[in-house]
Amino acid sequence: MNENPQNSVSPKTIEQVYQPVTRRTFLKGTAAAMAGLAGLVAALKPLLALERGEMTLDDLLQKHYRELKPEELQRILRELEARCAREHGVQPVIRDLKPLPGVEFGYALNLTRCIGCRKCAHACLQENNQSRSSADDIEMSYIRVLELKKGAINLEESDLYYNPQTVPQKDKYYMPVQCHQCREAPCTKVCPVQATWQEADGIVVVDYNWCIGCRYCMAACPYDARRFNYRKPNLQSARINPNQSYLSNRIRPKGVVEKCTFCLHRTRDGKYPACLEVCPTGARVFGNLLDPDSEISYILKNKRVYILKEDVGTLPRFYYFFDQ
Amino acid sequence: MSEYLTFLWRVVRISFQGSWKFYAWMTLLSVVSLVGLHAYARQVVEGLETTGMTNQVSWGAYIANFTFLVGVAAAAVMLVIPAYIYKKQFMHEVVLFGELMAIAVIIMCLLFVTVDLGHPERFHHMIPPFGIFNFPGSILSWDVIVLNGYLLLNLHIAGYLLYCRYRQTQPTKKFYIPFVFISIAWAVSIHTVTAFLYVGLAGRSYWHHPLVPSRFLASAFVAGPALMILVFQVIRRFVRYWIGDEPIFTLRMIMTVAMIINMFLLGCELFTEFYSPTQHAAAAHYLYFGLHGHNGLVAWIWTAIVLDLVGLALLITPISRKITGLNLACVACVVGIWIEKGMGLIIPGFVPSPLGQIVEYLPTFNETLVCVGIWAFGALLYSWMLHVAIPIMNGSLRARPEIASSTQPSS
Repeated sequence: MNENPQNSVSPKTIEQVYQPVTRRTFLKGTAAAMAGLAGLVAALKPLLALERGEMTLDDLLQKHYRELKPEELQRILRELEARCAREHGVQPVIRDLKPLPGVEFGYALNLTRCIGCRKCAHACLQENNQSRSSADDIEMSYIRVLELKKGAINLEESDLYYNPQTVPQKDKYYMPVQCHQCREAPCTKVCPVQATWQEADGIVVVDYNWCIGCRYCMAACPYDARRFNYRKPNLQSARINPNQSYLSNRIRPKGVVEKCTFCLHRTRDGKYPACLEVCPTGARVFGNLLDPDSEISYILKNKRVYILKEDVGTLPRFYYFFDQ
Repeated sequence: MSEYLTFLWRVVRISFQGSWKFYAWMTLLSVVSLVGLHAYARQVVEGLETTGMTNQVSWGAYIANFTFLVGVAAAAVMLVIPAYIYKKQFMHEVVLFGELMAIAVIIMCLLFVTVDLGHPERFHHMIPPFGIFNFPGSILSWDVIVLNGYLLLNLHIAGYLLYCRYRQTQPTKKFYIPFVFISIAWAVSIHTVTAFLYVGLAGRSYWHHPLVPSRFLASAFVAGPALMILVFQVIRRFVRYWIGDEPIFTLRMIMTVAMIINMFLLGCELFTEFYSPTQHAAAAHYLYFGLHGHNGLVAWIWTAIVLDLVGLALLITPISRKITGLNLACVACVVGIWIEKGMGLIIPGFVPSPLGQIVEYLPTFNETLVCVGIWAFGALLYSWMLHVAIPIMNGSLRARPEIASSTQPSS
């Protein structure tokens, strides 16, 4: 075997490995370790800016919502209230509302009546405490209103950022899209940690304290119905809705996915969703699919109903219908 | 036990012994890794807003690199099959380098997934009994199993064989041969399951396509061997371990066949998308030609196609029988497939969005630093493993140095 100066490990070096550590090697090693450690500390320095209380041991040890004992859940709710008061100066009431027995929610939207005013998208933002960079910023709203050309239902030709002087425009019609609360929900199926699931009343919810933020559910959703908190939610205290619930509109941490819950903090309390209440044309119909006398059941029985992306096989609980 | 501790101690010792070139290389990689770590620390504090991702394009460079690297890891099997099934002795001399690469690359994959998480500190939510494992529903939980399983398999096989070599004893077959055969099937599974991550989403027509897993495997068996060939050249040039031409040209043959299949499948895909373009072809249209004036990926994909074609042309002609020609083919194929499978597969899945909007994606500077950092860390890991493994392989680092080595290669 000939000596090759390019060898990374020469026989001489190998020889050293078998010998006890010399003083020189020890000092060299220590110096290298110190340099490495200094580099590591310097690299991790930004972590000092983490806010206090952003990552607590309690958070790390918290169990999945469905495995929490009632008293554990109550303690967490009080803690979340205190956190909101501390960080935003608003004292909320955070409740845990369970699905009502004998209720399966359904939503129908009248495409003949909708005028594309986007009031629903704004009301959603007010109700659900989404992050926004300005009062008009509806990017995080759970409702996306599409402007479509009359004559077809072609989403590819739709415009989300339409901005004419007045709506509706003559040759256009409008289609608000939000979570369809699918019976065969692709989003809950793909979640690796079951942080999102379907409740007994059909509403698909997210445990924001359990979500790991992988965004697989967003990739799976055919309706673009999920939003991700790429940063800590930006909210003005004056605009915070203090009527909150654990599974819906409480203020989210950064790094988790959120979505429309049919305003379950209202609807499980006998009220209508915020988007329905604000609609100026009465295009929105909400109710119990299991009640044969409800308005929603009447519409599904008697109107020409359209299901968005029916070919994907998601079996939505959200329907579109037409008057004429 | 004490012999094993001595072994570990010697591994530690040799990790810090080397020429100035070795020190310079390792220092460079460490610095770049730390720069990446710094960028990641910033991301942890500020959130994923430091990346170019949006609600519409919710996966980006991290997942793209992850996808590419899973293929590279799977391709270690292309050294294992000739060595263990066709019993080619010359492949036995290099198969370990493939397994070590698989280890380094799987660790890179796990890092790329971790940096993509909004809440990496909640990782234990996947691990029972601390968490809930959505198995078998979620393909992501399948992926966690197959990737970690593949990592363990390779750690066991490579670690066991190296330790036997160090002690200069014959490895006991039943301790490793069954695992070698499991690892062959397992390698195919890691890339197939990763393809199913995308194929399983019916709402994304660009991905919901039965050809995707086959193309994944075909392109992986090009990019992986290509990287191996380049690594072999480096080992030949800088390190005390002789690698003959035979393993390199065996890999060349594998690459050539895989590349032909890959390009054929690409042709099938293009025909299906463009001969009778449906609304579902919008993503492909965006990728290759741009859509409604948005053409962020067009330059990328055509670069990839040209590189793929150059690589293919070099591989099927005698030019690649010369080492320079082969190296050129390898570089062209690796870069081409990295673009095609990363940006070319992940991003068009999100553009246009399911509601028809076009939101383009470009990685930010911070996001790029994190990616570069992980690549550097992977290279660091692999360099270190080679640095330790090669003296063991060539018999210069052994349990009883006083006894003359009998496993010295004949070179």
